[in-house]
Amino acid sequence: MHAVRHIAVNVFRESVRDRVPYNLVIFAILLISASYLLGQLTAGQDVKIIKDLGLAATSVFGLFISIFIGIGLVSKEVERRSIYSLLAKPISRPQLIAGKYTGLVLTLVVNVASMTVALYIVLAVISWNASPEMRASWEAPALDPQLLKAVLLIFIELMLITAMALFFSTFSSPILSAALTFGLYIVGHFNADLKNFELVVDSKPAVWLARGLYHILPDLSAFDVKMQVVHGLTVPAGYLLSAVGYGAGYIAALLLVATVIFSRRDFK
Amino acid sequence: MTPAIELQDLTKDYAVGFWRPRPYRALDRLSLTIQPGEVFGFLGPNGAGKTTTLKLLMQLIFPTSGRAEILGKPVGHVETRRRIGYLPENPYFYDYLTAEELLTYFAQLLGVPSAERTRRVGDLLDRVGLGRERRFQLRKFSKGMIQRVGIAQALLNDPEVIFLDEPMSGLDPLGRRDVRALILELREQGRTVFFSSHILADAEILCSRVAVVAGGRLAASGRLTELAEFRIRGWELVVVNVSPSALERLRPIATGLTETSSGRYTVELPLAETPEAVVTMLAGAGASILSLNPVRDTLEDFFVQQIAAAGAGARAKVVGDGDARR
Repeated sequence: MHAVRHIAVNVFRESVRDRVPYNLVIFAILLISASYLLGQLTAGQDVKIIKDLGLAATSVFGLFISIFIGIGLVSKEVERRSIYSLLAKPISRPQLIAGKYTGLVLTLVVNVASMTVALYIVLAVISWNASPEMRASWEAPALDPQLLKAVLLIFIELMLITAMALFFSTFSSPILSAALTFGLYIVGHFNADLKNFELVVDSKPAVWLARGLYHILPDLSAFDVKMQVVHGLTVPAGYLLSAVGYGAGYIAALLLVATVIFSRRDFK
Repeated sequence: MTPAIELQDLTKDYAVGFWRPRPYRALDRLSLTIQPGEVFGFLGPNGAGKTTTLKLLMQLIFPTSGRAEILGKPVGHVETRRRIGYLPENPYFYDYLTAEELLTYFAQLLGVPSAERTRRVGDLLDRVGLGRERRFQLRKFSKGMIQRVGIAQALLNDPEVIFLDEPMSGLDPLGRRDVRALILELREQGRTVFFSSHILADAEILCSRVAVVAGGRLAASGRLTELAEFRIRGWELVVVNVSPSALERLRPIATGLTETSSGRYTVELPLAETPEAVVTMLAGAGASILSLNPVRDTLEDFFVQQIAAAGAGARAKVVGDGDARR
């Protein structure tokens, strides 16, 4: 466990030195300028739009971190041959994978947590400045704790995307890993359509194929509850649990296969 | 006594070609035994299989067949790595870290106790001449400085067995002298050092035994004295005041006759020629003998012969104490 912790801390340090936290500054500027502009232009809709924008930005910024750092976690080590000295130390290859993954998840935790705090601060300021009539017109309170449910699922989705990037980077180049991860991210958001393919197609083989693909490919739409949260709709705890369980299972499977591939790989 | 390193019929094939991969044998049934305390030179030209062997020993690649053990344990044994050090060829480290941070990180992975870590990292950086640059990010380091960092990280855990892949690569003459001194120091401390090189002068100075590989095969192995040092292949005579008539008598028997300065000659004689008779003849003709030395095979000569023989498909040669097998 010590080895995993040390590797994880080093990944976190690398992301800090690679100036990943700068994205937090951009995020803060984006939110503050948006809230200022919306305050001038809209009436009553500003809280909803800020929530929407904040959650979407958390998701997009996280996506870039997951993909662009995730693909380099292993492949960069292999390409630059820094892995030679690392694997000569008393660490196993599964420990290396676990440490790398944990390190990037740690980066995401800090990133998502900071963005969530920034979002709540901006919402608190808007709420503070709003009249009681204005507040009454909102579908959900500005500092709605339901937002945290959306943030949790965004975080699980980012963990899943990181696992995908790590999985691809154990056997392919960084560019190919990025393309494959991004492709899978897009497919993952439309995957739910494959579930009910029989509604649009008559061919049985096509339906079976679609069903098979639905079960193999990740269903990322399961993690998207932004719309419900922004409109003040309740996200049931059962749904939340099943989505987290689905994400955890998928992540475990990806990391397991990544570890098997990585453990057998020759570093020529 | 458990050997420090033991390779038995170690073989590695790579698949080459994209559409129709064909096996390429990078290492062919290599067997070696290295005892604790030996400084073992693993020599060969570029592409001979030296780095492949070291990667197999570090389990960076997996063998096609055969086995390898370090300190009596299979190479995959993770805990054994606490007792070994490894410098890869042309090492690369995380350039966002400082030299001190990198060594601290590796010391943590090696399980060096925190109380000892700072002292050891500092001592090693001083030892490799980077004490003043310890807080510089590695991206600012030259190739030679990175090589020094690589050597320092290989010694962090006070290892019993140290593997150095081309340790002199990228170093200036002073750096090479330092590394030679370091290896000699390790030898005096009783450590086992396995180092690959194609710089034969280093091996001549440092090694108790060497192996020569070529084309993935063991071409020869044994003690340096047995391999090269005592094989005399002729004589070299330095004389002055040689009369023209004595010179004329020398020409038919000498394999080389060079006037190095005014009146001073270097005469090369074949092994078959008795040097005493030539010395007597020259002395009788009034010449003064400055020196007479046997010309021995150098390791370089031996190396070239072995590589040529391996290239011609000659059977590998085993010289010495029988530790190396083929």
